[in-house]
Amino acid sequence: MSNGMAILNPQQPRTAAMAERMAEVKGRSLWADARARFLRNKAAMVSVGVLGAVFIFAFFGHLVTPYDNETIDWNVLGKVKELGKPSLANGHYFGYDDSGRDLFARVVQGTQVSLMVGVIGAAIAVIVGTIYGAVAGYIGGRVDSIMMRFVDIAMSVPYMFVLILLLVVFGRSIEMIFVGIGLTAWLDMSRIVRGQTLSIKNKEFIEAAVATGVPSFTIIRRHVVPNLLGVVVVYATLLVPQMILTESFISFLGLGVQEPLTSWGALISEGTSTMNYGTLWQLFFPLAFFVVTIFAFFFIGDGLRDALDPKDR
Amino acid sequence: MNVSTKSILLASALALASPALAAAPEGVALADDQTFTYRVLDEHSSVDPQIVEDVSGSEIVRDLFEGLYNQDADGNLVPGVALSHTVSDDKLTYTFTLRPEAKWSDGNPVTAHDFVYGWQRLADPETASPYQWYVEVMGLANAGSVMAGEAPLEELGVRAIDDHTLEVTLEKPMTYFPLTTTHASTFPSPKWVIDEHGADWIKPGNIVSNGAYVLTEHVPQERSVRERNPMYWDNENTVIEKVSALVINDENVALTRFLAGELDRTEVPAGQYPALKEEYPDTALSFPRLCNYYFNFNLSENGPEATQDVRVRKALSYAVNRDIIVENVLQGGQSPAYTFTPAATAGFEQPATDYSTWTQEERNAKAVELLAEAGYGPDNPLSLTYLYNTSEAHKKVAIAVSQMWKQTLGVDITLENQEWQTFLETRGNHDFEIARGAWCGDYNEASTFLDLVQSSSGYNDAAYSNAEVDALLAEAKSMDDPQANYTRVEEIIAEEMPIIPIYHYAGVFMMNPAIVDSWPVQNVEQNWYSKDLYKVAQ
Amino acid sequence: MLSFILRRVSIAIPTLLVLLIISFWLMQTAPGGPFNSERPLPPQVLANIEAKYGLDQPMWKQMVDYLKGIITQFDFGPSYKYKDRSVNDIIAQGFPVTLHYGLISFMLAIVIGGALGIAAAIRQNSWLDYFAVGITIGAQVLPNFVMAPILILVFTLWLGWLPGGGWNGGQWDHVIMPVIALSTSYMASIARLTRSSMLEVLRSNFIRTARAKGLPDRVIIWRHALKPTILPVVSYLGPAFVGMVTGSFIIDSIFSTGGVGYFYVNAAFNRDYAVMMGLTFLLGSMTILFNMVVDILYAWIDPKIRL
Repeated sequence: MSNGMAILNPQQPRTAAMAERMAEVKGRSLWADARARFLRNKAAMVSVGVLGAVFIFAFFGHLVTPYDNETIDWNVLGKVKELGKPSLANGHYFGYDDSGRDLFARVVQGTQVSLMVGVIGAAIAVIVGTIYGAVAGYIGGRVDSIMMRFVDIAMSVPYMFVLILLLVVFGRSIEMIFVGIGLTAWLDMSRIVRGQTLSIKNKEFIEAAVATGVPSFTIIRRHVVPNLLGVVVVYATLLVPQMILTESFISFLGLGVQEPLTSWGALISEGTSTMNYGTLWQLFFPLAFFVVTIFAFFFIGDGLRDALDPKDR
Repeated sequence: MNVSTKSILLASALALASPALAAAPEGVALADDQTFTYRVLDEHSSVDPQIVEDVSGSEIVRDLFEGLYNQDADGNLVPGVALSHTVSDDKLTYTFTLRPEAKWSDGNPVTAHDFVYGWQRLADPETASPYQWYVEVMGLANAGSVMAGEAPLEELGVRAIDDHTLEVTLEKPMTYFPLTTTHASTFPSPKWVIDEHGADWIKPGNIVSNGAYVLTEHVPQERSVRERNPMYWDNENTVIEKVSALVINDENVALTRFLAGELDRTEVPAGQYPALKEEYPDTALSFPRLCNYYFNFNLSENGPEATQDVRVRKALSYAVNRDIIVENVLQGGQSPAYTFTPAATAGFEQPATDYSTWTQEERNAKAVELLAEAGYGPDNPLSLTYLYNTSEAHKKVAIAVSQMWKQTLGVDITLENQEWQTFLETRGNHDFEIARGAWCGDYNEASTFLDLVQSSSGYNDAAYSNAEVDALLAEAKSMDDPQANYTRVEEIIAEEMPIIPIYHYAGVFMMNPAIVDSWPVQNVEQNWYSKDLYKVAQ
Repeated sequence: MLSFILRRVSIAIPTLLVLLIISFWLMQTAPGGPFNSERPLPPQVLANIEAKYGLDQPMWKQMVDYLKGIITQFDFGPSYKYKDRSVNDIIAQGFPVTLHYGLISFMLAIVIGGALGIAAAIRQNSWLDYFAVGITIGAQVLPNFVMAPILILVFTLWLGWLPGGGWNGGQWDHVIMPVIALSTSYMASIARLTRSSMLEVLRSNFIRTARAKGLPDRVIIWRHALKPTILPVVSYLGPAFVGMVTGSFIIDSIFSTGGVGYFYVNAAFNRDYAVMMGLTFLLGSMTILFNMVVDILYAWIDPKIRL
C-alpha cells in the first residue's frame, strides 16, 4: 500500500490544478486537440502498445500453452531448481513454480486477476467518487460542507487496516477485494470532482438548464458529469496501478485470492520467498509483467494529463 | 499404568539416583563464545509460569524457572528442585523431597511453599490462566471445585509439610503423575515479588526466578535475552552464558540471517532441506517430532453427504500419495503417516494398517474402485472444499493433495484458506467439508493423540463417534499394557477413516555445528534447557 | 490561525470516536475471539478469562469502559495475546521505534527527493534528468516487500556490512535498511512531483518576466521558483505520511524492528481488541495532527489560502 499511496498522490494536486484550468477551455476543440497531442507523445504511445500486449497476453495467453495453471508435474515437484527452469523446448516458457506447476499459465491467469482488480477497483472508486463529488458540488451549501467534512474525516483513516478488517470480517472473496479496494480509494476522486463541479455549475448552460426547469439530478447526469470526463479519465488511469499495488500488498499478507487462482502480488510474493534458493525466474517473470504494466499506466496517465492540459504546450 | 510410562519412570528412577551431571562432558574443548541466539516466529505470550501458553514462551520459562523435575536429552525425568519422591501405598499421596540448596535469583531459598503458591495460583479462577485446566490433567485432589471457585484454594491437593517437603494428593491413582511436573505451569512462583509488583513482576529488573537464567532484556517483537543466574544451585555446571530469542516473522529472512552468522538456530522452510543439507551437511538437521498432520472429514450433521460414506473417505485417503508429500513437497525428513499416532511416541508400537503395506498403485486402484462403488464418477463428479489456515507449507500440501485427488479420482477440490482465528472458529463449529488438523503430544504417550478421536474430546473436529473406540480408550487408562487397545483403535481408524493421516512431523533446523552436539535431538517433545547446552570449539 | 486549530481539533475528537467505535464493532463482528486456540479452552476457563478482561459484558458496556479508561487514566488496557504487557507498554516501546525510522525516512524522502527533482528540472533533458527519471520510476514500482528481502540478501549475506534485522536501541547500522526500504518509493514520488512542478513553474509568466529582467538563474530558482514548486509537494505530505505508517508494517515484519506497525496488523489477526483500539487511537490522532500541520504549512507558503 505504501507504494500505492506514493504513486497515486503525486498526481493528485497536479490533476486538480489541471482540472481547474480545463474548465476554462471550451469543450469541442479540446478533444480533437488532446487526441493529436496524445498521439504525438512517444512514451504514451509506446505504453499503449505495451498495455495492449499485456491485455492480449491476459486474454489469449492460455492459447499458446498446452498447460493449465493448476496441474502439477509430479516429476518436477521437489526438483524445481534442477528440472523446472524456463525452457522453450518443453513449452514451459517461464519454467515451473515451486509446486511444480507451469508458471506461464499461472502468470497468464494472475495477469487476468490483477488487471481485473485494477480495472474494477478503479471503476468502483471512480463511480462512487464522481457521483459523490458531483452531488456535493452541485447541491452546495450545507449539504456540500457536511459531505466534504465526511471526506476529510475519512481521509484520516488508515485504509489498509480497514481493508484487512473487512476481508477478515466478511470473508475473503474476489468480490470483497474489488469492493474493499475500490471503497478505500474514492475520496480523492470525490474532492477533485467536487472542485470541478463547482466551477462548471456557474456556467451559462447550466444556468439555462436550471431556468428551464430541468430537475437537478438530470442536470448532474446530462451536463455536469459529461463535462467532468477529462479529469475522470486521467484520474482513473492513475488509479488502476494503485489498485494493482494494493492488491499485491493484500496478497503479501495472505489475504488475496484463493489457490489455485493467483495474482501478480501472490506470484511476486512467492517468488521473493524463494529468490535465494536458485529459482529466480519465479520472481522475475511476474515482477516484469507487474513493473511494465504499472509503467505503462503511468505514462498513459501522464500523457493524457498533458494532452488534456493545453497550457503546458 | 502402562508399560511405556513405567519404562520412563524406571529410567527416571535411575537418572534420579545419579548425581547431577555437568552440561558438557569431560574432555570437550568448549568454545570461547558461549552465547546461544535462536529465531522465534512470534513474540512469546508470557514468561509467567502460570500464564504462559505457547511453545516459545515455555522454552523461555523452562530456562528461567525450575520445577520439581526436568527432562534429560532423551526425555527422561531428572531431578530439578525435587531430589526424589515417595508414593504412598494407596498411590494417592506423593511426597517430594526438595533440594535444600536451591535459591531464587534474589537469594531466598526455594521452598515447598513456593510450589504450593504456584499451583494454587494456577488453579485460582482470578488468575484466569489459559492452562488452568492443567491442574485437572495432573489429577490433583479437589481440582474441579477449586477451579470453579467453589472451594477455597487451600483445598487443592498440594501442601508444604516443611520448607523442603512437598506433599501432593491426587483425586485417584495416576502413575504418570511425576511426568506432568516438567510442564511450565507447575513451576514455583515467588509470592513476595508478585505481591510487590503485581502484573509487572515478570518485567526484567523486577522478575525473580529460580532457574539457571534470569530475564535481563525484553523488547516486544524484537528480542528477549536471558543471562546466567549466579544464584542457581547448579550454576557451576552451566555453560551457556547468555541466550537470546530473536523474533523474525519471515522464515526466509531468518534463514538469510542464519547464513550471515547472526543466529545459532532457525527453522528450515518447507522444501529447502535437501539443498541445505548438501551444502551445509553439519548444519542442517532433521529429527522426528511428537506431532501428526492429518485431514478431518466432517462427520457432523453439517458435513457433506458424500463423506458420510466410508467408501468415499477411504478412497480419498488411499489416493493421497504420502511419499510425494514428504519427499517432494516438504522434503524435511518427515515420515508418511498411515496411523494417527506417530511412531516416535514412547512405548507405542506402530501397527501396520492394511493400506500402509500396499504400493501407491494398489492404493490408487482401490480408491478408484471404492469411489465408483459409492456412485461417483465422470457422470456424477464429486466436488468438495478443503479448508486450511494461511501458511506457505499448508498451502503446498493443499495444492499437492488437491491435484492428487483430481488426477487420480477426478474429484474437484476447492481450496479455501482462512487466517488462523477465523479458521479455528470455522473448524470448531464444524462448518467445513474437509479441514486440516495437526496435533503435538502434551506428554509422550499414545493416549495424548488417540484421545482426540474420543467422541467427547474437545478437539474432535471430525465429530467422529464410535462407542468401541471410546470403550477401548477408557479401558486403556487403567491397563498395564494398553498397546493391544491402541492397535485396535488405529485399526478402527483405518477401517472407518474419520481422518486422513498425512505425515508425522520432523524438527527441521539449521543449527550452528558448535551447538549440535549438545542439542537433545532424542527428546521428541523438544523440551530443551539452555543449561544443558554448550558450544564446542570448532 | 487559532480558530482554525480549534475548529480542526473540534472535529478531530468526534472523528477519533467514530473511528474507534467502527474498529471496535468490526473487531467484535469478526469471526473468532482472542482466546480461540488450537485446543478449545474448557468453558469454565474461558469464562474466567473473559471475566478478567471484562469481555463478558455487553458490547456497549465494554466500549464505554474502554473509553473511560482512556479519558480518565490514559489507560489503553491489557494485551490479550501478549500477556506480559499492556497496550501502554507496547506503545511506549514500539512508537519511538516507528517514529525514529519513520521520521528519518520522511526527512530523507523530502530532502533527497526534492533535490533530485529540482536538479532534474533545471537540467531538463540532460543525462542527469534521464537518470533521475529512470531511477525514480523504478524505485516507485518495486514493492517494498520485494525490496526489503533483497536488501538483506545483499547487505547482510553477501557483503556482510549490515545486521539483517533487529533494532538494538536504534543503533545506526540497524536503522539503515529499514529507512531505505521505507523511504525509497516516497523519495521517488517526491522527486517526480518536484520535477514536474518545477518545470511548470519555470514556464510560467512571472519566471519569464524575471528572466527577461536578466536575473541570474540562481536567484530565479531559489528566490522565486522554489516556493510555488513545493506547494504540490506539501499537499502530498499528508498521504505520504499515512502511506508510511502503513508501510511500517512491512518494515517491522521483515526487519523485526519492533515498531507499532506490526503490532497493529497482528492485533487484527489475533483479535487482540485492546491493542488494535489503542493503536487505532494513536495512529488516527497522529494522522489528524499531521494533516493539520500540513494545512498550516500550506497556508503559510501560499498566502492565497486562508485558514
